[in-house]
Amino acid sequence: MKVKLLYFAVLRERFGTAEETLELPGEQARVAALIDQLRRRGDPWTEFLATDYPYRVAVNQQLAGLVSPLKDGDEVAIFPPVTGG
Amino acid sequence: MKIQVQEQDFDVGGELAALAAGAPDAGGIASFLGLVRETSDGSAVAGMTLEHYPAMTRKALEDIVAQAAARWMLRDVVVIHRVGALQPGDRIVLVAVASAHRGEAFAACEFIMDMLKTQAPFWKKERTPAGERWVEARASDDAAARRWR
Repeated sequence: MKVKLLYFAVLRERFGTAEETLELPGEQARVAALIDQLRRRGDPWTEFLATDYPYRVAVNQQLAGLVSPLKDGDEVAIFPPVTGG
Repeated sequence: MKIQVQEQDFDVGGELAALAAGAPDAGGIASFLGLVRETSDGSAVAGMTLEHYPAMTRKALEDIVAQAAARWMLRDVVVIHRVGALQPGDRIVLVAVASAHRGEAFAACEFIMDMLKTQAPFWKKERTPAGERWVEARASDDAAARRWR
């Protein structure tokens, strides 16, 4: 399955891209599996997807958690804590 | 309900007047107007850029307003949030709530701002004499949002 990844703010800058398509094994997965796959790339992925960095995930424009399910074609956004208002 | 995410400035008086005209049975309007600070964490701020997640921003704001409408009897709500390049003193956000009584209007306005600060996908990058920096989320904002749970 493939998902579309979007990055925002400091993650977009440090990862050097605003979006990419990622292939995940199998027909379904959880967000945790996606994060694990990205962490295996090393820095800066490990730095910003570390358990002690408060990154946020949205699946199809809804805030999601590590156990949220993913399916083919989903849009997954990863970003730092929001600072609007 | 009016929810807008836009680069251009907005007219606060005009927005409040339109809200009042559209909710003749309301007893009052509570509003919050957010501005770009001149200093932040001890540094002068020359300006800032507000980034957002266009496909999600409006949905997130609609969800927050729907939560407020489920908690309080609201007549109407306006949320306008700017994105792009902003200068110190510029207006960033307007939240205005029309309701039958002030208690509901004040509470819903504060609720919407607290949730917007912690759930709506906006990010601020400030320009200071030391260079550009991403604004860090504040623990006090998380605490303010948790009060409503």
